[in-house]
Amino acid sequence: MKPQSCVNIKKEWDIVGARQLGRDIAKKVGFGIVDQARIATTISELARNIYLYAEHGQICFEVIDNLEHKGMCMIAIDVGPGIEDIGQVMEDGYSTSGGLGAGLPGVKRLMDEFDLQSEVGKGTRIKAIKWLR
Amino acid sequence: MDEKFKKIAIENSDSIVQMWMEEINSLKDGNYTSSISDELFESTNREFVNVIFTSIKNAGPPKAVESFSEKIINLGWPLSYITDGLQVFRRVTVDYILSQSEQVDSAFISNVLKSVDAWVEPLIRQLVNEYSGSWENIVSLQRVALQELSAPLIPVMDSITIMPLIGTIDTERAKLIMENLLDGVIKHNSEVVLIDITGVPVVDTMVAHHIIQAAEAVRLIGSTCILVGIRPEIAQTIVNLGIDLGKFPTKSSLKKGFRSALEITNRKIVDLETKEESIEELIQSLKGE
Repeated sequence: MKPQSCVNIKKEWDIVGARQLGRDIAKKVGFGIVDQARIATTISELARNIYLYAEHGQICFEVIDNLEHKGMCMIAIDVGPGIEDIGQVMEDGYSTSGGLGAGLPGVKRLMDEFDLQSEVGKGTRIKAIKWLR
Repeated sequence: MDEKFKKIAIENSDSIVQMWMEEINSLKDGNYTSSISDELFESTNREFVNVIFTSIKNAGPPKAVESFSEKIINLGWPLSYITDGLQVFRRVTVDYILSQSEQVDSAFISNVLKSVDAWVEPLIRQLVNEYSGSWENIVSLQRVALQELSAPLIPVMDSITIMPLIGTIDTERAKLIMENLLDGVIKHNSEVVLIDITGVPVVDTMVAHHIIQAAEAVRLIGSTCILVGIRPEIAQTIVNLGIDLGKFPTKSSLKKGFRSALEITNRKIVDLETKEESIEELIQSLKGE
């Protein structure tokens, strides 16, 4: 596993920075245009959730390269309010901010692996992996 | 005390300047300024050191510092040239005053440091302020320029208007898009508005949400909104995200969108008779005579 690179999310424009870095890494790993768009969209959603709900946090990227797999891992970490009902946020159309409510369930569909851990009052950690095929 | 040091510094300004010049020149090589010609570097250094001394003497017009910083900014030299220069000046002057004094104890050194700092600090503050002020000015001008570019609306023909979007859409821009779109539809009396997202790198739920809202608002004021320029990879991510864009027509390219806009407004593109044909006809008719 290669060392992580992280982007801090504080302002709305940090989302763009994270997305660009993510897209560059995805390009280097060898993802095609469609998967690059999926990865960029995922980063955009995760970073925007941090910006909207937790105010600040981090998006970290990891390149996974071992005998069986090659892929890219994105981890979004924040110490925000946390998610009360994880089942509910993974439902399509649920949103507390008047959005479409497609973000997290959408990310799960865009990625190959998805893991969400959250504790109310402590923060949220979302890990998403896309494998190179 | 301070006056005494000032006197030493001013009276020996020549040797201080020389020491300063040497240090600055040694900094030049392999540094940011290595591409600058020696002559220009030399003359700017002289001007710099003059500015420093006039400021210490409090004699020169206060404009001198301003015009000097303006010159450096126009030359495009980095801010570190100024901070390095003043840093070196501080070091050289302190060294010089100490070497000229007989009894040197810690209280004396601290006094020297204090006075020299007091000479240099206002200069650093002023020059850095001028510098960052010019940056802030540029950034704010660019922000205005960007805002002007952010949501353009082009009336291409009667009742057909196009809004080409290029680049990232953030919340502020989304608001502008909505406002310009609605204003433009009313102003140009458009029946159809084409929103072209060919240049939008990522369509996530937020961007999609804003586009849906804008299209819905356009529908409410009686026009049709067509979303065009959806690239294949964007189409796939939109489907994966589960965003429903079924409420309004979408097209892959602006060209196709424009055709359907013409259809909606009961018009179509007709090729004119080509010139060659008409010339041929003319020749035929001439031959016939």
